[in-house]
Amino acid sequence: MADSGNSFSPARRRFLADTARTVGGVTLLGMGVGLFARQAQSLPAYALRPPGALTGGDFLAACIRCGLCVRDCPFDTLRLATPGEGVATGSPYFVAREVPCEMCDDIPCVKACPTGALDHALTDINEARMGLAVLVDQENCLNYLGLRCDVCYRVCPLIEKAITLEAQHNPRTGKHALFIPVVHSDACTGCGKCERACVLEEAAIKVFPLELAKGELGHHYRLGWEEKRKAGGSLVTPDEEHRYNLPEGVRYEHEGRGLIEEGEEGDTPFPANPLETLNRRRDNP
Amino acid sequence: MSSEFKIPGREAARELGWFRAHRWLLARRVTQLSVLLLFLLGPWYGLWIVKGNLSSSLTLEVLPLTDPFVLLQTLFAGHVAEMTAITGALIVVAFYLLVGGRVFCAWVCPVNLVTDGAAWLRYRLKIKGSPRFSRSTRYWLLVMVMAVALATGSVAWELLNPVSVLHRGIIFGMGMGWLLILGIFLYDLLVAKHGWCGHLCPQGAFYALIGKLSWLRVSAARREKCDDCMDCFLVCPEPQVIKPALKGAPRGIGPVIAMSECTNCGRCIDVCTKDVFQFTIYRPLQAKHRTSKQMEVTP
Ligand code: SF4
Ligand code: SF4
Ligand code: SF4
Ligand code: SF4
Repeated sequence: MADSGNSFSPARRRFLADTARTVGGVTLLGMGVGLFARQAQSLPAYALRPPGALTGGDFLAACIRCGLCVRDCPFDTLRLATPGEGVATGSPYFVAREVPCEMCDDIPCVKACPTGALDHALTDINEARMGLAVLVDQENCLNYLGLRCDVCYRVCPLIEKAITLEAQHNPRTGKHALFIPVVHSDACTGCGKCERACVLEEAAIKVFPLELAKGELGHHYRLGWEEKRKAGGSLVTPDEEHRYNLPEGVRYEHEGRGLIEEGEEGDTPFPANPLETLNRRRDNP
Repeated sequence: MSSEFKIPGREAARELGWFRAHRWLLARRVTQLSVLLLFLLGPWYGLWIVKGNLSSSLTLEVLPLTDPFVLLQTLFAGHVAEMTAITGALIVVAFYLLVGGRVFCAWVCPVNLVTDGAAWLRYRLKIKGSPRFSRSTRYWLLVMVMAVALATGSVAWELLNPVSVLHRGIIFGMGMGWLLILGIFLYDLLVAKHGWCGHLCPQGAFYALIGKLSWLRVSAARREKCDDCMDCFLVCPEPQVIKPALKGAPRGIGPVIAMSECTNCGRCIDVCTKDVFQFTIYRPLQAKHRTSKQMEVTP
């Protein structure tokens, strides 16, 4: 300004006004873009990211929407979101009910990613966490109804680890069992094969992005039993076995066996395993 | 001076023949469409010579190419990319450092087809008037794009960037993206002449910065022959770059077009009946001391 001498010359004033207008307009536009980007950051419940996708918003910082992961997926699982969809424009995702991830051993999608938006540190597909299966509809799941569908359990690539069947009493018939599919988050990769395979019109088991599917304990929570195990003993008052006032020769076992008459242990009329009772009846009628 | 609605290039076509008056334009269209076709051979015919899109691609399974403008956004968003993307971006930067940054605009970018179309139609529909705003708005927008990436921690501009929306759209599916492209077309046609590419596009601004030191330039080598027909000014998407080169002789400026907003599209060469312009090799760092070595380049 010093060199121009007259800082109020009309040309300079116009220049300053123009610059101010441009900067103002651009700032406004920038805020609009920013807000739009914020909105686009959330992932709808039906959309799952490819294996190894960075988490916590880092994915949208890293992915340049080139579609190389899409191209290298041999099962055409992945696609790029188009403008107007609920998923951030151009970013890769898949819909489990349509085409799930087949969990390729060599993970070609991750290898193809030039930016590392799909983390190259992921080399074992079983460690992928694309989402988490949740048995959302416990009213229509055939296994909950007492039938033996088991399809989600059978198709799971991590059968017996990611999904197990837990036997429960069937209160409706009173004499049968329910085999409840239970998903374990320490093993489920979120591949979506269970959701794809569910035989219902609308899947009863669905895979959701992790942040939707999982709860989180308060960070100050401590599980007493785990702290105890870690410390090798109770941290509060020393453990003392609880004593009941029971007749002599009788004690109470907490882990499920209940009352035990000491002398007759192993010779009760009804042992824990009902099959033994049946066999005994057959052996000595 | 001729009227604003003189159609540039008519005279050249009459005097020199249609082909001679459109050779660089033709070369450019062929290049643009070939690049697009290379990307489409895969999805259309299963011929995977090039995979991906302009943001990042892999050619013949070995050559990575990454758009440095997009990669820079990821850096501002807080992500340091894998070597593949960085290598790809360096190759692209090196290429445009040689041939001129905005060669991307004139020879590769698919939006150029849209905005050139709008400019073409504007002349023929005799659409008048255009709000005056600075051509450097794009540099402010470039700053804005990086600032928003920094503030939101995401490559926010890529949600809207017409360049990637159009190119990705053609290859992977357009969705509602057509609306954005239609918007740009109508804006350039009805609102502002050369509005998008000449004033606003931050990607073009980025490539113009890369082009500051580039070697391949257009030069008004035979400027003394200029008869002031104004066709070059009318046809040029960045006419402000021509004036110093063409008219700077008395002040010792030029004849090489030194402003990096020039897209090296070669249209001025096409439409000039006096054959004033030509491509030339220029060493910007030495230019101040001696006149540039000139070499004619023809298609
Ligand atoms: S792991 Fe295989 S099936 Fe799954 S998304 Fe990647 S490439 Fe496709
Ligand atoms: S390959 Fe990587 S950068 Fe490209 S779209 Fe897929 S996740 Fe994004
Ligand atoms: S998503 Fe379903 S099939 Fe896939 S690992 Fe998890 S439980 Fe198994
Ligand atoms: S200015 Fe932008 S939209 Fe126009 S041609 Fe260049 S990169 Fe493409």
